[in-house]
Amino acid sequence: MSEQKSSPVTQAPVQGLSLWMMARRRFLRNKAAMFSLFVLIAVAVFSFGGTWVYPHAYDQIFDSYVAIPPSLEPYPKEDTLHQVMQDAAEHGHVSLADFSVTGSTYTAKVTSDKAIDPRVTRYLDRPDEFDGAAIKETLDGGNSAIVTGTVNRQYFPFGTDRNGRDLMPRIMVGGQVSITVGILATLVSLVIGVVYGAVSGYIGGRTDNVMMRFVEILYSLPFMFFVIMLVVFFGRHFVLIFVAIGAIQWLDMARIVRGQTLSLKRREFVEAAHAMGLSNWQIIKRHVIPNTIGPVVVFVTVLVPQVILLESFLSFLGLGVQEPMTSWGTLIAEGTTGMQFVPWLLIYPSIFFVVTLFALNFVGDGLRDALDPKDR
Amino acid sequence: MFRFAFRRFLSAVPTLFIVVTLSFFMMRIAPGGPFHLERPLPPQVFENLNRAFFLDQPLIVQYGHYLWNLMHGDFGPSFIYRDFTVAELIGNSLPYSMTLGFWALLIGVGGGVFVGSLAALKQNSLIDYMVMSVANIGITVPNFVFAPLMSLVFAVVLGWLPAGGWDDGGFRNLVLPVISLALPQFAVFARITRGSMIETLRADHIRTARAYGLPSRTIVIVHALRAALMPVISYLGPTAAGVLTGSVVVETVFSLPGVGRYFVLGALNRDYTLVMGTVVLISIFIIVFNLIVDLLYAVLDPRVRYE
Amino acid sequence: MTDNLLEIKGLHVRFGTPIGDVHAVKGIELSVAKGETLAIVGESGSGKSQTMMAMMGLLASNGRVEGSARFQGQELVGLPLKALNQVRGNKIAMIFQEPMTSLDPLYKIGKQLAEPMMYHRGLSAAEARKKAIELLELVQIPDPTRRVDSYPYELSGGQRQRVMIAMALANDPELLIADEPTTALDVTIQAQILELLADLKKRIGLAIIFISHDLNIVRRFSDRVAVMRLGEVVETGKVGEVFDNPQHPYTQMLLASEPTGRKAPVPDTAPILLEGSNVNVVFRMGGGFLGSKPSEIHAVNQVQIRLREGQTIGIVGESGSGKSTLGRALLRLNHGTGRIRFEDADISQASREAMREHRRHLQLVFQDPFGSLSPRMTAGEIVTEGLLVHEPQLTKADRDARAVQAFEEVGLDPNMRNRYPHEFSGGQRQRIAIARAIILKPKVVVLDEPTSALDRSVQKQIVELLRSLQRAHGLSYLFISHDLSVVRALSDYIIVMKSGKIVEEGSTEQIFDAPAMDYTRELMAAAFGH
Repeated sequence: MSEQKSSPVTQAPVQGLSLWMMARRRFLRNKAAMFSLFVLIAVAVFSFGGTWVYPHAYDQIFDSYVAIPPSLEPYPKEDTLHQVMQDAAEHGHVSLADFSVTGSTYTAKVTSDKAIDPRVTRYLDRPDEFDGAAIKETLDGGNSAIVTGTVNRQYFPFGTDRNGRDLMPRIMVGGQVSITVGILATLVSLVIGVVYGAVSGYIGGRTDNVMMRFVEILYSLPFMFFVIMLVVFFGRHFVLIFVAIGAIQWLDMARIVRGQTLSLKRREFVEAAHAMGLSNWQIIKRHVIPNTIGPVVVFVTVLVPQVILLESFLSFLGLGVQEPMTSWGTLIAEGTTGMQFVPWLLIYPSIFFVVTLFALNFVGDGLRDALDPKDR
Repeated sequence: MFRFAFRRFLSAVPTLFIVVTLSFFMMRIAPGGPFHLERPLPPQVFENLNRAFFLDQPLIVQYGHYLWNLMHGDFGPSFIYRDFTVAELIGNSLPYSMTLGFWALLIGVGGGVFVGSLAALKQNSLIDYMVMSVANIGITVPNFVFAPLMSLVFAVVLGWLPAGGWDDGGFRNLVLPVISLALPQFAVFARITRGSMIETLRADHIRTARAYGLPSRTIVIVHALRAALMPVISYLGPTAAGVLTGSVVVETVFSLPGVGRYFVLGALNRDYTLVMGTVVLISIFIIVFNLIVDLLYAVLDPRVRYE
Repeated sequence: MTDNLLEIKGLHVRFGTPIGDVHAVKGIELSVAKGETLAIVGESGSGKSQTMMAMMGLLASNGRVEGSARFQGQELVGLPLKALNQVRGNKIAMIFQEPMTSLDPLYKIGKQLAEPMMYHRGLSAAEARKKAIELLELVQIPDPTRRVDSYPYELSGGQRQRVMIAMALANDPELLIADEPTTALDVTIQAQILELLADLKKRIGLAIIFISHDLNIVRRFSDRVAVMRLGEVVETGKVGEVFDNPQHPYTQMLLASEPTGRKAPVPDTAPILLEGSNVNVVFRMGGGFLGSKPSEIHAVNQVQIRLREGQTIGIVGESGSGKSTLGRALLRLNHGTGRIRFEDADISQASREAMREHRRHLQLVFQDPFGSLSPRMTAGEIVTEGLLVHEPQLTKADRDARAVQAFEEVGLDPNMRNRYPHEFSGGQRQRIAIARAIILKPKVVVLDEPTSALDRSVQKQIVELLRSLQRAHGLSYLFISHDLSVVRALSDYIIVMKSGKIVEEGSTEQIFDAPAMDYTRELMAAAFGH
C-alpha cells in the first residue's frame, strides 16, 4: 500500500482496464459461451441465409413426396420411377411399353390405340419426378412414340411433412420467426421495462409505490390468461404476438431496473455527483445508466430464450403464426400429432429448438459470469 | 400465529377482486363472442342465446350479476358445453389435474431440494455436475418438447408405457405425464436449493457452528438446511398453484381430461364463464398457496413472525 | 517451551484462485502459554485471521494449510474432522468480528448455547439450559432467564457479542481465540466487552489469542504481542517491550502512525462561512397504503453550528448519533429543516438551480473509498467531473491538465489518471475522492469519516494530506468521525453528538482535557483508556 509521491509527467499516462474490457476478456476466455455463441450464429445464418440458397420454398408442396423420411439420397428413387411413369402415362391415356433411366435423363416408349397426341408430354411432366418431356421420334405410324426427358432429382435431407412440404426450409422459416420474435419482443419489454423501472425507482416515494402496486396486480393475473387474452385481442398476427409477449415480459425487467436504480441512488458516488451540482439528467446519463447496463444485459440474455419459449408455446397451442407461415413451436406441435408415423417431424424441429435454447442459456451464463463476477 | 394467518388471508381478498374484475372486462372488450361462430347462427337464434345468457344487458349489469353469483359460489353455466355448469366442468376435471400435480410436486420439489442440497454439499464433484446437467436440461427443454419426446421414446419406440389416457389413474399411465410435469420443477428447485445452500454454508453462523465442533450432520440438517430453504419456499407458492391446476401441454400430449385444456379452449371459444371460472380457480390456488408459503416462512423464520 | 499450550511452527496458508495461488501466511511461528494473552496485530491482509482459521480447520474451500500447530501436544493441522471436533468448541473456543451474523438467526440463543454443551459434555437439554442461563448471567446479560428464549435479532450488537462469549466459555476451554471481537461495535460497548473479557480471564485463567488492528486496545489488554505483516510475523515480545522499544521498522511505523499534532484555533474574528440554526432532520420509516403508521426518527434535533473560515470542526459521536446526517443537511443533500447560511446567502430554501453555484464551494468526502467512486469512469474523469458543471468553458485538454495538477496535489502519480477505481488501493482511492473535492477550489469540505475504512498507516498519511491542503487553500473542514485520535489531530473545535442532539461542544483542548459531560468522558475513556 505504498503511496508514491508524484513523478514528473514524462511518459504517456497508463491506460486503465475498464470493467467492460475485463468483462470482455472473461467472456472470450469462457469456452462454453464462445462455442455457444458460434452455434447461435450458425443457427441464425442457417435460418436467414438458408432460405436464399435452398432450392425449395417453405410452402412449396410436393405431391409425390408426402411424408417421406429424411435421407441424403436423392428422390425419386430409381425403382419407383417406372411406376410413377406408368401412372402418368395412364393419366395421358397412353400405355408405357418401355422405360429406362440413364443418368438424369429417361427414355420412355409409349403406345396407344390411336395416334399419340403430342400434348401427352404435359401429362408426363405432371409428376414432380419428371421434367422437360419431349417426343424424340414417333413410331408405328404415330401409335407409339419415344419420349425423353430429365428426371427431376430432389433432396429432402430432413424429409417432408404430411402435406408434402420440405421440412428443411420450414425449419429455416420457423427459425426466422422464433429469432425475430425473440429479439423484437425482448426489445419491447426492454424499452417499457427500463423506462418504467428507472422512472419508478428514480422518482421514488408515492409514485414508486403506485407504479409498483400496478406491476404487482399484473403479476397476480394468471400468466397464461394474460397471454391468451392479448392474442385474442390482437388476433393471430405475427407482429402482434411479440407485442403481446413483450408487454408481459416487461414486468420483470421493470422490477430489476427499479431495484438497480434504487440501490444506485443510495450509492455514494451518486451523492457525490449531487454534491458537485450535477443535474438529474447528467446523473442519470453519467452514473445511473452505465451502472445499470450490466444487470440489464444479463437479464436480456435470460429474456430472449424465455420469449422464444413463450412464442413456441403459443404456437404449440395453435395461437401462434398462421399457416403457411410457421415457427418452431408450430412444427413441434405438428410433429407431436403424428409421431408414431412421422417421428422426424418432431425430432428435427426439436433439435434446432433445443440446441438454440441451450446455446442462448450458455451465452447468457457466460455474459453473467463476465459482467457480474462474484469475486470482484 | 392464527392472527397472522387471518390477516394475510384478509389481505388476499382485494387481490382476488381485482383479478376477477380485470379478467372480466378484458375478456369482454376482446372482439368476438361465444356465439360468433364461423358459420353465423340465424339472427333469431343468436338473439335468443344472447338473451338467455344475459349478453344483451349492459356490461356493468352483467358484471354485477356475475359477481353476485360468484359470491354465492355459483360460477354460472358454460356457454359452449351447454349441458354443464362451469362448476361441474371444473369439478369433474380438477381431480385429474390435481392427482398429476400432486405427484409431480412431490417428485419435483422433494427430489429437487434433496438433490440440490446434495450437489451443494459435494460442490464440484461428479454428483454436482450430474445434478446440474439434469437441471440445465430441465430448465432449457420446455415441456412441450420434452413430453412428446418422452412419449415417442418410451411409448412408441420401446412400447414400455402407454402413450396416453387416464385408465383409472393406473401407475403405468401416470409415469410419463408425471415425469414430464415434474422435470421443470425438479430442475428449478435443484438449482435454487443448490445456490442457496452453497451461500448458506458460507454464512458466518455456519462457521460458528463448525468452530464449536458440532458434527457435520447437525450443521447441515439443523442449521444450514433451514436457512437455505427460505428462498426455496418463496418459489413454492406459484409453482404449486401452477402445477396443481393442470398443464395444457401435458394434458394435450397424453390426452388427459384435466382442467388445463378447458382454460385454453374456453379462451379460444370466448366461453366467458368457463374462462372466468378457471381464472378464479387459479387465483384462489395462488392465493391459498402464497398464504401457506407465508405461514411456512413464519414457522421457519422467527423474524417474520415478529413483524 | 514444554508448558506452552499452543505451538505453531512453519505454518503456511495458500489460497487457490483462478489467477494463481495467493500465499496468505508464510511459515509463521507462534506460541501461547497457559493463561497468557497473546495479541496478534497487523493491518488488513496481514494474514492474522487466516492463521487462526487454518489452525481450526475453518478455511474457505480453496485454502490449503502446511506446517504444524500443536495444541497441548496434539497436532491440529491435518487432524481428521471427528478428532478436530473434540477440540473445537471444547478446548479451544472462538469469537468473531461480526456479532450480527455469527449467531444463527433462526434459533433461540438458549438452544445455540446449549448445543455445544450437549454435544461435548453429554448434558441433557434441561441441564444445558440451566447452564446457559448461568453463562448469560456470567457475561452480564440482564434478565437471563427471559433472555435465554430470545432470538438473536432481539439483541443488540453488544449483547450478541456477550452471547458469543458465553458460548465460548460454555465448556471451560483452555484457549479462547478472539478475532477482532470489538471492531464492529461502538466505542463505549467496545470498552464494556473488553472489560468483560479481562475480568473473565482473571477469574477463569484462560489463555486468549486476541487478534486486532487497534494498538490502543492491544496495549491495554495483552501480555505478549506478535506483529504480522504480509503473512509473516515481523516481531514478537512482551507488550511493554514491543511498545516502548520496537525493533522492526514496520512495528515502529505502526506505532508512529497514531495521528499526531494539534490545530491552532482560528481567531473569533474570522468570518463565519457556514451557519446552521435549528437544524432538524426527520426520517420516516415504513408505512404504506394499508400498513401501520410510519415511525419517525429524529436523526438531527435542533442543532446549532457555526463554521468559521479556516476552522475545522470535529463532530464526534457513536453510530446513529446523527453526525453524518447533520453534515449532509448542511450541504442541503437531504430534507432537513432550519436555517442554513453560506457566506451571505440563506441557502435553506434555495432551489436546485440556485444551489448549483454554491455547490462548488461546499464539497463532501465520503467514508467508503470503494463506494464513492463510480466504477465505470477513469480516475481522471471522476476527478474532473465537477468541472463539467462549474467550468463548462474548459476543453477536454484543459480538464486533463487540471486533473494532472489535482493528482499531484494529493500525492498521486498523474500517469495513473486513466486507470479505473478498482485498480487503486483504498488509500489511493481516498486521495482520488479528495482530489475530486478540491479541484473545484471549495471553501468548505465536509469530511465524513474519511479515514475510518483505512489502515492506520494510511490513515496518518491522509490526515497529513488534509492538513496540508487546508493550509495551502485556506479550507474549512467539517470533520465527522468516531475516531477520537484523528479528530484530536485535525480539529480545533469539537461537537459531541448523541441521538441527534449536541451533548457538548468546545475547543479541542477543553473537550479532550476537561470534558464536562458524562457521555463525553465515557467516550474518552473508551478510546484512550484513562
